Amino acid sequence: MAIIVVDVMLKPEILDPQGKAVASALPRLGFSFATDVRQGKRFEITVDGEPTAAQLAEVEVAAEKLLSNPVIENFTVRVEK
Amino acid sequence: MKIGVVTFPGTLDDRDAARAVRHAGGQAISLWHDDADLKGVDAVILPGGFSYGDYLRCGAISRFSPVMEPLIAAAKGGMPLLGICNGFQVLAEAHLIPGALTRNQHLHFLCTDQKIRIENNNTAWTSSFSKDQEIVIPLKNGEGSYQCDDETLKMLEGEGRIVARYIGENPNGSRNLIAGISNERGNIVGLMPHPEHAIDSLTGPGEDGLGFFTSVLQSMISGGAK
Repeated sequence: MAIIVVDVMLKPEILDPQGKAVASALPRLGFSFATDVRQGKRFEITVDGEPTAAQLAEVEVAAEKLLSNPVIENFTVRVEK
Repeated sequence: MKIGVVTFPGTLDDRDAARAVRHAGGQAISLWHDDADLKGVDAVILPGGFSYGDYLRCGAISRFSPVMEPLIAAAKGGMPLLGICNGFQVLAEAHLIPGALTRNQHLHFLCTDQKIRIENNNTAWTSSFSKDQEIVIPLKNGEGSYQCDDETLKMLEGEGRIVARYIGENPNGSRNLIAGISNERGNIVGLMPHPEHAIDSLTGPGEDGLGFFTSVLQSMISGGAK
């Protein structure tokens, strides 16, 4: 069993009001480290055995077709060790 | 004239959309998301609501419903298709129109009677309006901020494909105050505010929304958009 992780983030040029809200909440709690926060989505996809190259290629297609909207989002695919 | 109204799990405004169709003099036909059958309709409305609970992204899962396959093919062939609110989001997810709808800039759900300007009255859904006519219809959404890249925005502006624009303060952060856009041909329109909730003064802020439904009936009679 392995887990394939797909991280989806809004493209840098797309406004992220949720990230902004988090960024403005941090200082209210006394945290002063953040100059910016961007919020995204993480998908953990479980597969049997070690993922094959073909499976990973399929995940790439699924990530582009369903998990992300390429108009506003970028994604990365990796296997969790 | 038969106008199909699609119901997805979580759709809210299908009944009002069907009522608006009847009010305008058309025949409303219910279409089911899980049924790849358009039942011989002449036009289709994707109504508002929260299909699939807005999971993943608004409209992202509905976009792959069985009914969407014949619908996308018919719309690409010129059949009039109107997506309202969640329906607009489905159109964007299906890439039938450019851009995407994102979280309102102020993060709040918004519900208000909104003034908009009909800037393009040459589409299948806006021909009953005069150009630059100002109307008031309800706007109610959490993810209504229209976003696209600069190039797309320039194209939409240049080709006159901004169908409707918000008047006054930007209610949700949409680029260039965009409330609605069309595809190149003008048969597909995505609209964030809700004309189906403004077809008579008893149940809405007025009758301003009715024009969208009379437009499509008129365009089908004249054969203009089909």
